[in-house]
Amino acid sequence: MTRLPPAIRIEILSRADLLAPVRAMLTSFAERSGFDDVETGHLALAVDEALANVIRHGYDSRPNGRIWLSAFLIEEPERRIRIEIEDEGHQTEPEKIASRDLEEVRPGGLGVHIMQEVTDTCQFERRTPGGMRLILEKTPRRAKKDPSDQNHAGSPENGHQ
Amino acid sequence: MSSGNDMDIKVENRDDSVLVTPIGEVDLARSPSLRSRLKQILGDSPARLVVDLSQVPYMDSSGVATLVEALQQSRSRNCSLFLAGLQDRVRSVFEIARLDTVFTITPDVNSALDA
Repeated sequence: MTRLPPAIRIEILSRADLLAPVRAMLTSFAERSGFDDVETGHLALAVDEALANVIRHGYDSRPNGRIWLSAFLIEEPERRIRIEIEDEGHQTEPEKIASRDLEEVRPGGLGVHIMQEVTDTCQFERRTPGGMRLILEKTPRRAKKDPSDQNHAGSPENGHQ
Repeated sequence: MSSGNDMDIKVENRDDSVLVTPIGEVDLARSPSLRSRLKQILGDSPARLVVDLSQVPYMDSSGVATLVEALQQSRSRNCSLFLAGLQDRVRSVFEIARLDTVFTITPDVNSALDA
């Protein structure tokens, strides 16, 4: 299966002041990919939380770690955006990355829960040779196929991840 | 006017209340300045603290955590904390975190000051 190149691939340093420009870029990308205002906001929020986690936990807030963000626009079986975030920071067992009990009201620990809530896919992997990879996917509501709609105007398949 | 990681934060005293108005996005870069300001204000043990979020178009979990911390400090000091004027995107984050019922949220500042 051919893997498409990302529509966007950037490398950023693990600096919190770079979160805003990355959000702005992804907001524009999502809007032009057919996401509505709420979905666009949620996608930007998920990526913000993911990058913040890498900065704080992957790199212990060191500002010179490298983070790679790739954004793919996938058309089949339904239009969706896939974001991959990779780093060279600390590795963690993916199964140990989980949302905490929200009944407990305390600061912190909400990032994973938010990412899981606002995306369709939120998958952590250990990266080779080091660091972590996070895959986020989100499908805009208007792109979700109605099974009764035989005339769905989907675009030709342009690849599968 | 703020720049970089410092938030523009307006603070006004209204009788026994303190009104705090952060202006701009609250994310990992900017939440420390909001946290520091709120901690300083709560150190004076006001009877009521109103955080006007009407000029905050975006907040991530670090901003939410900052306000949870302020809520805990306010409770320990018998201060009533209100969040006022949340924009839809910001309210959505509180709902996702299931904190919309933990905080006292009012539609605007006057509702909080009159409560």
